[in-house]
Amino acid sequence: MIDVSSLSIAIGKFELRDVSFNVPEGAYGMLMGQTGSGKTTLIEALIGLKKTRAHSRIVIAGRDVTRLPPAERNIGYVPQDGALFSTMTVRGHLAFALDVRRAPAAYIEQRVAELANQLRIEHLLERMPEGLSGGERQRVVLGRALSFHPRVLLLDEPLSALDEDTRNGMYEVLRQVRKSTGVTVLHVTHSFAEAEALADCRYVLKDGKIELQ
Amino acid sequence: MAPDLSFRDGCPVLQARHTGVSDRFFMVALSILGGSYVLLIVMLLAGDVAYLVSQSLGETLSRNPILTVLRKSEVRYSIFLSLFSCSMSAVLAMLVAVPMGYALSRLRWVGRRWIDAILDIPIILPPLVIGLSLLILFQFKPFTTPLGQWWPFPGSWHDMTLNRLVVYQVPAVILAQFAVAGAFAVRTMKAAFDQTNPRCEQVALALGCSRRQAFFKVTLPEVRKGMLTAVTLAWARALGEFGPLLIFAGATRHKTEVLSTTVFLELSIGNLEAAVSVSLIMVVAAMLVILLARNWGVREAGL
Repeated sequence: MIDVSSLSIAIGKFELRDVSFNVPEGAYGMLMGQTGSGKTTLIEALIGLKKTRAHSRIVIAGRDVTRLPPAERNIGYVPQDGALFSTMTVRGHLAFALDVRRAPAAYIEQRVAELANQLRIEHLLERMPEGLSGGERQRVVLGRALSFHPRVLLLDEPLSALDEDTRNGMYEVLRQVRKSTGVTVLHVTHSFAEAEALADCRYVLKDGKIELQ
Repeated sequence: MAPDLSFRDGCPVLQARHTGVSDRFFMVALSILGGSYVLLIVMLLAGDVAYLVSQSLGETLSRNPILTVLRKSEVRYSIFLSLFSCSMSAVLAMLVAVPMGYALSRLRWVGRRWIDAILDIPIILPPLVIGLSLLILFQFKPFTTPLGQWWPFPGSWHDMTLNRLVVYQVPAVILAQFAVAGAFAVRTMKAAFDQTNPRCEQVALALGCSRRQAFFKVTLPEVRKGMLTAVTLAWARALGEFGPLLIFAGATRHKTEVLSTTVFLELSIGNLEAAVSVSLIMVVAAMLVILLARNWGVREAGL
């Protein structure tokens, strides 16, 4: 489902060279590696935020997206810091990608209700991001990323800022999301506990190379 | 020399010394040094008010210096022109500041540092030099080319030049104010974009936005407070503009006279009362604008 071959990126002195890996359809892939090993850079390249060098090839759901702008890749993206829009309500977040895709209002309303129910954030719909708890924020970020039914979900250390209890709750949410949507996930982390709890397959990024474990 | 250490149970006793007095001294020094500047500002304004009050003591209300000055049609015109030109130059400043601030803050491009440095020039250049430079610039083509050469304007417009349309006219007032206010607005907008999370825009892209959509739907709303600050600052800078105006727009009553020019003109004929009155009108106008902006800013934040 996520097929990456010969991915090369150079940013200043930092370099990823000829990275190749594959996350099978419906799998929960866990990308691990030390701080500074290039995990976030790799995710950004998949999203389309970083320019890749020639010969790099990124195939998402059978479609070569290497040269496509981020908007056309249809990847659900959960960034490290959540990056909620401070001027939008939770409802606005869940509806955002659907608005951009010009979905009919009735459909958007139905989808927002569905997501809110699934992630148990119905009571937060009219709230602004400011003042949401860490767990609530992550649910909203997840809902925003899932709203347009992407077939691939990229999570960049989504749980690193959460306390132990909230994190355990989020494991459950992620498992349930995966079960109900069948989405293929690539989840970046440096926590073995997270990998233990969620992963089907683990990839380790080290010295600019990826090893499947 | 080794310090004398006392030991208890074999461990050196290193008691932190009493910090209370030093802490108190630090706080006092902080308030005195910082507060002296606030005091200066307040005293400046208080002095103006005290002067006017002392002049109008025992006079009837109709001879109140501020009312007197407001009765002059020149002053009423200059208030109107100030409001108009400051608003125009603030709008123009924002038109360049939003795209420029964004490009400087978010995009990496060749020559960015140079452009950044050039944008500081209006801030560090002596105001008179800016006015003089504007005046000199308008002596060159195409500013001196008759408009008829580009477009078949009818009648007297055929021989009109940009130079004659602008220099010593109202557009010169706006251009001179804009030349300086623009730089301040750009600086403010760059800082505003710097302070917001670039990740939000990237998420918007991933969610299906074009760059234009991401900018208008996500990035611009995130910096709305910065925009309010920038437009206020540009407006206030424009209101205080004087040197470039004097040279580039002149000080003709009922034509290019703005409030700062009025203060200068009244002062030059020895009418201190009127000069101080107009100054106070400017102070009040500037404070109103800042208060309005602050108030909006706070309400926007939902406080």
